[in-house]
Amino acid sequence: MIYRPTRRAVGRGAIAAGAWLAAGTRRSFAQAPALKVGVLSPKSGFLALIGQGCQRGFDLAAAMMRDRGTRIELMSADTESKPEVARTQAEKLIRDGAHMLSGAFDSGQSAAIAQVAEQHGVPYLINIAADPKITDQGYKFVFRNFPTAPMLATGALTLIKDLFETTGKTPKTAVLMIINDTFGQATQNAFNVLMPKLGMPFRVVETITYDPQARDLSVEVAKAKAAGADLHLCVTRLNDGILMVREMVKQRYEPMGIISPGAPGFYERPFIKTLGKYAEYCFSNNPWISPQLLLAKSAEAAFTKMFPDDQFDITVGFSFEAIMIAADAYKRAGSTSPAALVEALRTTNISDRLMIGEPIRFDDKGQNVGNKLASLQIRNGKPTVVLPTADAEAKPVFPMPGWSQRG
Amino acid sequence: MLSQGALTYVNIVVAGLLTGCVYALMALGLSVIFGVIRIVNFAHGEMMVAAMYAVLLLNQKLGVDPIVALPVIAAVSFAAGYGLQRGFINRYIARPEHEQFLLLLAIAIMLTSATLMAFGPDARNVQLDYAYDSYEFHGILVDKVRVLAAFGAIAGVAALWAFFRFSRTGKAIRACADNPTGARVVGLNVERLYAVTFGIGTACVGAAGALLLLLVDVQPYIAADYTLLAFIIVIVGGLGSMPGALIGGLLVGVSEALSGFLLVPSLKGMFSFGLLIAVLLIRPQGLLGRQA
Repeated sequence: MIYRPTRRAVGRGAIAAGAWLAAGTRRSFAQAPALKVGVLSPKSGFLALIGQGCQRGFDLAAAMMRDRGTRIELMSADTESKPEVARTQAEKLIRDGAHMLSGAFDSGQSAAIAQVAEQHGVPYLINIAADPKITDQGYKFVFRNFPTAPMLATGALTLIKDLFETTGKTPKTAVLMIINDTFGQATQNAFNVLMPKLGMPFRVVETITYDPQARDLSVEVAKAKAAGADLHLCVTRLNDGILMVREMVKQRYEPMGIISPGAPGFYERPFIKTLGKYAEYCFSNNPWISPQLLLAKSAEAAFTKMFPDDQFDITVGFSFEAIMIAADAYKRAGSTSPAALVEALRTTNISDRLMIGEPIRFDDKGQNVGNKLASLQIRNGKPTVVLPTADAEAKPVFPMPGWSQRG
Repeated sequence: MLSQGALTYVNIVVAGLLTGCVYALMALGLSVIFGVIRIVNFAHGEMMVAAMYAVLLLNQKLGVDPIVALPVIAAVSFAAGYGLQRGFINRYIARPEHEQFLLLLAIAIMLTSATLMAFGPDARNVQLDYAYDSYEFHGILVDKVRVLAAFGAIAGVAALWAFFRFSRTGKAIRACADNPTGARVVGLNVERLYAVTFGIGTACVGAAGALLLLLVDVQPYIAADYTLLAFIIVIVGGLGSMPGALIGGLLVGVSEALSGFLLVPSLKGMFSFGLLIAVLLIRPQGLLGRQA
């Protein structure tokens, strides 16, 4: 008897064959050599807390990518918050066989790594660093997922204008306190160019720069207070952000609001935990993790399981995305050769991402142009999206209540 | 009533003076040790940071206020300094200076590594109910913790002065500082007195650490900065001079504050070094130091 397969049986067979082939492909990719990613972060020194957050993001992503069938082997290095150490660590990682580099949170350190990566022809994917010069150099092996300082400044300043419009309160003068490092200087330059261009309704009456390793900001805050401005804008890191607000309370300096346009610090857990009620109502305009996206939800659940005492924030988010981009490029390149990886990175198009924004795509300079910002305000001990209105979890409170009115 | 501008200046100078008092107590330890034993304690900042962590632990585990913890920390620091001098440093007194430097540098590195291993690299601080309080006198705002720290430091300096001036041991230590051979001839146990002196120096730095923790966050890596700051203060005031350390501390505190306010705040550290260079050029022995 001749077996004559039915149409349904052929369909079932085709599905089974497809599944087998897919599994086979997955198995063969899983058996491919692991992509060795050298991850550099400032795990000690004055950026230690943030650097450890970056490492958690890298670790989480590597674990999740492995679960999805892409073998990522992390080679972790500590930059000690110093560009010169970042450079030597990058060279060591390359010598030790890293196929790709990622890191390093800070612009000065990332610029040093970018030079090393370019010299050795090893792809380098910056997780967080905002100095536009890094990608403006015309490097062939350097890519950045994080917005540049002008992008951050544009988004952050636009959100400040939105805040005034939403609340109907517009300050006339502002004081700007800026950390004196590569990131701070890049942001300051961006503000100088963009403020007149964007038609900000206030005038900056005083700009105060301070040492990144300052142990005491009493003089700086006294100077800001003496300027008598309505609004306090600041570009800080974590520890200096805490020192600044603490001094503002002690010196009874009560501007209409404290806004950090595009800088870290305010949304971080130690800031909120240390300052308690005085952290409330501080604004931070930053890229942020989308609470709506599916990947963000699953990543947050996995993160909470792996690191129950730590915060799932943009430091983790952008570090996670760096490894995700690396895994995607490796999968499409099918090789660990630098040329194939760079070519794959150039054609990146990832819509299933963690951060608020358009799909991840790199322009000719290797810069992702699809990131967007949100305005976060600390409310009830949590960074809460208050703008843009479409994504808001609560309405913004501006002007902020005085220090003595907080119970 | 002062104008707003004048009040701001007064606030800045007062804050600088108060911080300077704590700097003075810290530098006094270095000055006393050098003045008597003629050894430069390159582990000075590290010893202070170790004391800061000890105070932090007492605060976090037992809820002890740093001011209350101060006498305990000073006593423990004294014992540690005494033991260190008896156990190691006494053997190096007659050796070349570079060997003394290496010994103290090794102690400094070991202390930094130990605090790093025990507490990690994060900045930590004590949470106090009065951390955000300030006093107001006719428009002059003074931070409460800074006032407490300064009073603690002034009390420490006064106790030390009284000890060297009036106590038998203090007088014996001064005799050792003036003429160690003569001190030996009259029957003083110089090695024991050196150990007591080193203990007093570390007690000063331990007490300064307890007070400084009220003002700044502690991290293992800040130690080197404070060693350097203590050097600047004692060189400006005069190496080995107690009143010199006090004046040096106040000068550095006020100059940091004023230069930060009048010039660019990120340059205030540079101003201390400027002061150091000026003193070295004009009066190399320091403001109150004796000509060698």
